[in-house]
Amino acid sequence: MRINSMAAVLAFIVLAGWGGASPARAAKLDQVKAKGFLQCGIHGALPGFSTPDDRGNFTGLDVDYCRALAAAIFGDANKVKFTPLTAKERFTALQSGEIDILSRNTTWTLGRDAGQGINFVGVLFYDGQGIMVKKDIGVKSAKDLDGATICINQGTTTELNLADFFRANGLKFTPITFEKADEVVAAYAKGRCDAYTSDRSQLASQRLKLADRDAHEILPEVLSKEPLGPAVQHGDDQWFDIAKWVYYVLLDAEEYGVTSQNVDDMRATSKNADVQRMLGAQGDLGPLLGLPKDFGYQVIKQAGNYGEIYERNLGPDTPIGLERGVNALWSNGGLQYAPPIR
Amino acid sequence: MAVTGGDAMTRISAPWRDPAKRAFLLQGLVVVVLGAFVLWIANNAVSNLARLDIASGYGFLDQRAGFGVPTSLIAYSPEATYLRAFAVGILNTLLVSALGIVAATLIGFVVGVARLSSNWLIRTIATAYVEGLRNIPLLLQIFFWYFAVLGALPQPRRAFSIADTVFLSNRGLFLPAPMPQDLFWVTPVVLGLSAVACLLYSRWTRGRREREGRFDWLGWIPFTIVAVPTLVSWLITGAPLEWSMPHLQGFRFAGGLSIVPELVALWFALSIYTGTFIAEAVRGGILAVDKGQTDAARALGLTRGQTLRLVVIPQALRVIVPPLTNQYLSLTKNSSLGAAIGFPELMNVSGTVLNQTGQAVEVLALTMAVYGTICLVIAASMNAVNRAVHIEER
Repeated sequence: MRINSMAAVLAFIVLAGWGGASPARAAKLDQVKAKGFLQCGIHGALPGFSTPDDRGNFTGLDVDYCRALAAAIFGDANKVKFTPLTAKERFTALQSGEIDILSRNTTWTLGRDAGQGINFVGVLFYDGQGIMVKKDIGVKSAKDLDGATICINQGTTTELNLADFFRANGLKFTPITFEKADEVVAAYAKGRCDAYTSDRSQLASQRLKLADRDAHEILPEVLSKEPLGPAVQHGDDQWFDIAKWVYYVLLDAEEYGVTSQNVDDMRATSKNADVQRMLGAQGDLGPLLGLPKDFGYQVIKQAGNYGEIYERNLGPDTPIGLERGVNALWSNGGLQYAPPIR
Repeated sequence: MAVTGGDAMTRISAPWRDPAKRAFLLQGLVVVVLGAFVLWIANNAVSNLARLDIASGYGFLDQRAGFGVPTSLIAYSPEATYLRAFAVGILNTLLVSALGIVAATLIGFVVGVARLSSNWLIRTIATAYVEGLRNIPLLLQIFFWYFAVLGALPQPRRAFSIADTVFLSNRGLFLPAPMPQDLFWVTPVVLGLSAVACLLYSRWTRGRREREGRFDWLGWIPFTIVAVPTLVSWLITGAPLEWSMPHLQGFRFAGGLSIVPELVALWFALSIYTGTFIAEAVRGGILAVDKGQTDAARALGLTRGQTLRLVVIPQALRVIVPPLTNQYLSLTKNSSLGAAIGFPELMNVSGTVLNQTGQAVEVLALTMAVYGTICLVIAASMNAVNRAVHIEER
């Protein structure tokens, strides 16, 4: 009898192994629709990009993008759940399918695009790396930081760019790397390091958490290009297209002057064919992506256009107070350009 | 009637009727099934990684690391390979674990004995320490020590200094570093040889004492045997030791040997936390020794200290050593929390490598293998110690 039960167990394992090998992956859009919500990976503690407000709901640039995507798929921007991730977990979460989209101020690099099996959707925010120091150490330029100790967040492009910059200028420095952004800021605030380096938007954002904001200044040098944007997994072209075109709708809406306030009006009365196609009043573009016909309308109505999202989260009226700069539309001298909706 | 063949022929039993063969077959089958399962899992992982377009394999170990570390026991620069970065992490883990094990053992033994002291104050302090600190999560203790240590120390430009050679600031403790020159190796060799000579001499004297009954006071002879040749060789080679003095240069102290606050904070937190558990193990071991032993020793006229040292603790060690092994392993694994305060031990370095290369499976497998090996070595050594102190069964 013991032999029989052993044989049964063995047979079960073998068959389970055969049966379980490489099932075909269902399309991501169908999976998301079946679930009923979008799972979005965010930073979770970065004011302006993704941070909880005083009622515990997440707000920020990255958060608003995910809400726009949810509005496009479900017609309801609230059908989205957020997963805060550290820099170390973010790619694994996306690769394993734990999240559907990664919207975590992630820099678009070749290594990540090709070596990590992800596709970058677009650049939500053109940024560069900067260095923040306390004003009282009397440093006016990054080139005066020879021999300094610098606090860094672990495993970001920041670490490598900093090493490259210092080597290129023949300077030395000592890096102290921490796993979480909060720990980096705490150590910098305590004086363990002379300087803190990160993307300039992150520096502006983290400065809000410091006790005396005006005692710190961000040095003028921009050490690298940091195009930040959302990312999806390789292997699903339809999902990639959906993510891209939601981003383009945000930009095109600002270009055509459609805002969340006037979108109803525009849909009913606009004579501009581009606007009509985007809002679904004309043409059949939504279904080509697998989305409802009015996905553009839902995106703008519920999340706003790119300009509104930027002003709400990072604009000059917010505590972070960043000017549009290179993030303005191409027609205003910036870099944000989207293909036409047709 | 069922027996085939003649009486002289033994019955050949089928494999499944013979208990010994059956056991062997079953165990072999289990091993094969387990092996197949492991292979299948590994194959699944590799093929999934390939399907998801994620790089795999250990080739990344030869690539340039690109990141620096604040402190390392071997020479390291961002130009080095990832493999060297791992080596730095492993050495730092070993360093903090070794320091932690020594300190925790000392604290544990002292506090464990103190908890059994007849002095009320000592006993209360020891109890408060154990009960208080073993209930606070280690990560919180690490943060406490780190920020407390950092907070108390001054900026480099206002560092405490002793005679301008030793500096203490919130960047670390800076000491003069010895830099051995060319002929430095001569003196330790001479020292070693003369120590051996001294040992041989004292053996010979003892032998002579036993044979002839002469008691010769050794006096200053051993000292001379060791000191004179060493001193002479030192002078002949021209005192070949330079010192690299730390001095303030811009933002930091250049030269010298530095001990960073991360290491100190991690070491303190690990030792103090693990010390509480070791103290309890020691106390348990001492209480496990029969009271009759203490009574007999005291009756023979041994003092309390002698009783403890010569009678109780050697017997208590049998009970203390196995949990002590556990605590050492626990301390080694807890050193991975150093990543939270920026100490470049293995977890921290492997985390950075994981992020830069994106190869989570390989990096984590390597990290687990290293921790596993370190822990197995510690466990094997402690098992040898255990064999030395355990009760000999007849």
